[in-house]
Amino acid sequence: MSNTQLTVPFAEAMTRYEPIIGLEVHVELGTNSKMFCSCATTFGASPNTQVCPVCLGLPGSMPVLNKVAVESTIRIGLALNCEIATWCRFARKNYFYPDMPKDYQVSQYDEPLCTNGWLDVTVATDDGPQVVRVEIERVHMEEDTGKLTHAGGATGRIHGADYSLVDYNRAGIPLIEIVTKTVIGTGPLAPAVARAYVTELRDVMRALGVSDVRMEEGSLRCDVNLSLNRPGAGWGTRSETKNVNSLRSVERAVHSEIERQAAVLDGGGRVIQETRHFHEDTGRSTSGRSKEQAEDYRYFPEPDLVPIAPTRTWVEELRATLPEVPSVKRARLQSTWGINEFELATLVNAGAVELVESSIAAGVDAAAARKWWTGELLRVANERGVELADLPVTVSQIARVESLIADGRLNDQLARQVFEGVLAGEGDVDVVIAQRGLAVVSDDGALLSAIDEALAAQPDVAEKIKSGKIQAAGAIVGAVMKTTKGQADAAKVRALLLDRLGVSE
Amino acid sequence: MTSAAADLIRQSASVLAAAISEGEVSSVEVTKAHLARIAAVDERVHAFLQVTSKAALESAQAIDEKRKSGATLGVLAGVPIAVKDVLTMRGVPTTCGSKILEGWRPPYDATVVSRLRAADLVILGKTNMDEFAMGSSTEHSAYGPTHNPWDLERIPGGSGGGSAAALAAFETPLSIGTDTGGSIRQPAAVTGTVGVKPTYGGVSRYGLVALASSLDQAGPCARSVMDAALLHSVIAGHDPRDSTSINAPVPDVVAAANRGDIRGLRIGLVKELSGEGYQAGVLQRFNESVELLQGLGAEVVEVSCPHFDYALGAYYLILPSEASSNLARFDGMRYGLRVGDNGSNSVEQVMSLSREAGFGAEVKRRIMLGTYALSSGYYDAYYGQAQKVRTLITRDFNAAFEKADVLISPTAPTTAFKIGEKVDDPLAMYLNDIATIPVNLAGNCAMSLPVGLSPADGLPVGLQIMAPPMADDRLYLVGSALESALTDRWGHLLIQEVPNL
Amino acid sequence: MTAITRDEVAHLAKLARLDLSGTELDHYAEQLDVILQSVARISEVAADEIPPTSHPVPVENVFRADIALPGLDRAEVFAAAPATEDDRFRVPRILDEEEA
Repeated sequence: MSNTQLTVPFAEAMTRYEPIIGLEVHVELGTNSKMFCSCATTFGASPNTQVCPVCLGLPGSMPVLNKVAVESTIRIGLALNCEIATWCRFARKNYFYPDMPKDYQVSQYDEPLCTNGWLDVTVATDDGPQVVRVEIERVHMEEDTGKLTHAGGATGRIHGADYSLVDYNRAGIPLIEIVTKTVIGTGPLAPAVARAYVTELRDVMRALGVSDVRMEEGSLRCDVNLSLNRPGAGWGTRSETKNVNSLRSVERAVHSEIERQAAVLDGGGRVIQETRHFHEDTGRSTSGRSKEQAEDYRYFPEPDLVPIAPTRTWVEELRATLPEVPSVKRARLQSTWGINEFELATLVNAGAVELVESSIAAGVDAAAARKWWTGELLRVANERGVELADLPVTVSQIARVESLIADGRLNDQLARQVFEGVLAGEGDVDVVIAQRGLAVVSDDGALLSAIDEALAAQPDVAEKIKSGKIQAAGAIVGAVMKTTKGQADAAKVRALLLDRLGVSE
Repeated sequence: MTSAAADLIRQSASVLAAAISEGEVSSVEVTKAHLARIAAVDERVHAFLQVTSKAALESAQAIDEKRKSGATLGVLAGVPIAVKDVLTMRGVPTTCGSKILEGWRPPYDATVVSRLRAADLVILGKTNMDEFAMGSSTEHSAYGPTHNPWDLERIPGGSGGGSAAALAAFETPLSIGTDTGGSIRQPAAVTGTVGVKPTYGGVSRYGLVALASSLDQAGPCARSVMDAALLHSVIAGHDPRDSTSINAPVPDVVAAANRGDIRGLRIGLVKELSGEGYQAGVLQRFNESVELLQGLGAEVVEVSCPHFDYALGAYYLILPSEASSNLARFDGMRYGLRVGDNGSNSVEQVMSLSREAGFGAEVKRRIMLGTYALSSGYYDAYYGQAQKVRTLITRDFNAAFEKADVLISPTAPTTAFKIGEKVDDPLAMYLNDIATIPVNLAGNCAMSLPVGLSPADGLPVGLQIMAPPMADDRLYLVGSALESALTDRWGHLLIQEVPNL
Repeated sequence: MTAITRDEVAHLAKLARLDLSGTELDHYAEQLDVILQSVARISEVAADEIPPTSHPVPVENVFRADIALPGLDRAEVFAAAPATEDDRFRVPRILDEEEA
């Protein structure tokens, strides 16, 4: 394992290679109880408090399948345009690992519940938005594993740890794995397509209400398979990058893996079939286990569970519960909100569509809702490396700020400070306003004395304005805003200033 | 032991239940008599791994009080029972005959155990077995072999040798066994007792520590067909905790045992389950029984089940495959034996050292075999082909049940052999189950009942009755008819001839 | 079917997490071979078109309602644990495959 990795710049790599990607997304379903037992699934519960003989794999215990988990999987399959199996079984995937209480994982192997679907995603290109159809190979069910914490050693990582601790609360939570067919022909758009796909998938899951799809809590996890094809020379060997835990990382993982593999191939080397681990901090991956020798999982049909045979009636009943497809919904919103495709793509890529929608529903003006979510708030989210939806700002807080602006009690700059406070955990909107003493100064007397002070400090600027160089007024307005700590209405300051100096626009 | 107590231990469960219900004897008295018997003879028989005397007496007392209060009691209320150590019992050590689980106290009851408690039976303790139910002699118990009360130097069958020997030694009137390839029926045959493997899915497997999940089935063990029927009716029925449990009414096995009329019934002799490999004494008693059944008005026909010849092969691929997976969880991480955790060994090493130390030879042999049969490259030839053979065996049964209402065969090819005789000859050991395995593969039901002593060695011979899935009542119909005809001939149940210990 | 080698047995033992001794490896190589030869008879049955049986009774679609219920008390969870720490099961170090 080496930290100094040879890479070829992306643009250069694209002149010689064609990337081929495949994405495996795991979604933790938001069911009340686990896949095969009645234990709760609450995230963040105290360790080993949501466990029973079944999910601890105690001798003699037996699984019974959660009906909602099956229904959610079928609904996901339908939303992704899949065929729903008429008969399928679970299989056991046998391998020893301490996070797996039975030392086998109950999964679906060669009989997935849903197969052969697709999902259209939109990516921005220099020539405008482009729709790419990502084909789905399969959607299947499996059980999640427990959570390992590595103790001792320097890094807290598995490597070099002295021992590990296991919490089985997560063991047995229903997981859905969605596997794409290989995506080819995307060229330099590959990183954007990967990101757009995962984003779109997340929106579909949210719309279906089957999962809270929080990447940072691990309820949506993505593995990126990638190989490079030198045109005319056939497909290369693929690597599998795991631990890709944000939308931004999906894009970065594809990007950096292209750069890495291109360097290997350019150097006359051979890409190894291996698992790689993505690191959020460096944006690069490191080599994990080599998959040259395929694992022997000794799959066989799970005898403790009976086959699932969804009737057509049941499937159609579930189809009737499907919400509006996110892409259709977006087209509708685009026309309702009167925005262009680029603006829509911005919203989609930011994961802001639902947030803007619910802000509007809460009474916020459409343009203002878009401005906040794709402006200031998105900037902070990117800074913090989290999803927009996971910022500690609520739709009702946006509505509150907007109504204060409409009442003239806040201006844009003050509103920004309010959000800064809210994001810093200082409290709700009104608490932040009170504690920071934020309010628009509307008292003319106070503003005029601040203007006079600023004019006295910058007599040369005063002269310029008087001589008709009105654009110089900005300097005085800025100074006044500064002395009032942003609590003045800039337009009003400007009007008062010009009036004071007796000039007109 | 007083003569009254000696009398109590030789009674059938149904007689004891009636006496307790009438207030002629208390459950505490009955329980004490059996506990005293265990104390007196189990050192020599070694049928029990755990005797829960205190809990047994407490529950006997509670049942007596419940009776006095006039509350409704179950049909076997107050009657003692022993449970094979492969079923979990809350707070009571459950070892499955293995060192790897030594001292493990499950935090929950198996459904069978819950039903016994709910029906007011008194659980005496846990019985010995081949480790994880792998064996036909109980010699593979990590806690030492069980001895056959008919001859203490001989095996009591397996894997449920403890549950069968406890009956033959009058340590308990009832017991629970589990049957994956014959582990209820073959011990019943060699100990002169009755054992039933119900239809797969007829009795809940929840809390039954799995050997081979698609074959395992818990069932009743008793000294008479009626006692087995009563116990069957207590433990059978749908359980939502077991996905493979059949959601349908339990066949009325007690009524069938009461009826015992087989006039006009068609009984099929399975051609493939006799002849070569079966001892002459076994065949002699079997053939006599066939004549007896004919004399009772049954129509006997010969049927052929050609794929039964492949049953043993299929079984010894399917069982080890499922077992290798079921036994993976015994890795020393959450419960059970952990060996070599010295701070430098890795988790893989500690798992391997723990499993190496905790499992016995037969368990390791089958884990290895199953690991092999499931591995890529061999799956189709072994596990896949075995599952196809399984289909063919089911078809053979279906065809045979077109011609006959039940099928019969000897339960085991031989009478009880000497302890140590076959212990390191797996193939010879596996042949003990040749007649019982087809039923496990097809999932239907079967009973073994005693039909006499082999003239060659004076040891019990068992006859197997097989019926279609969910036709368990037919086993009891035929079993009780045959049992009463034999009892008429002998003047008593065969078990009364067991030597005094 | 080919004879099973000692190396194959060693590989199986690793897969199955059994730290078999050299003597056991030899012993099992021999015994597995005998058993496999004997069960190999099943390949004589022409069964290409025969569907495999994984479940002996034809039960389908068995589900549980999605209702959460309390699990075990923590004392019961850890009662049999060989080692615990911070309300978790403590297990030996997990090696990276590179180190192993």
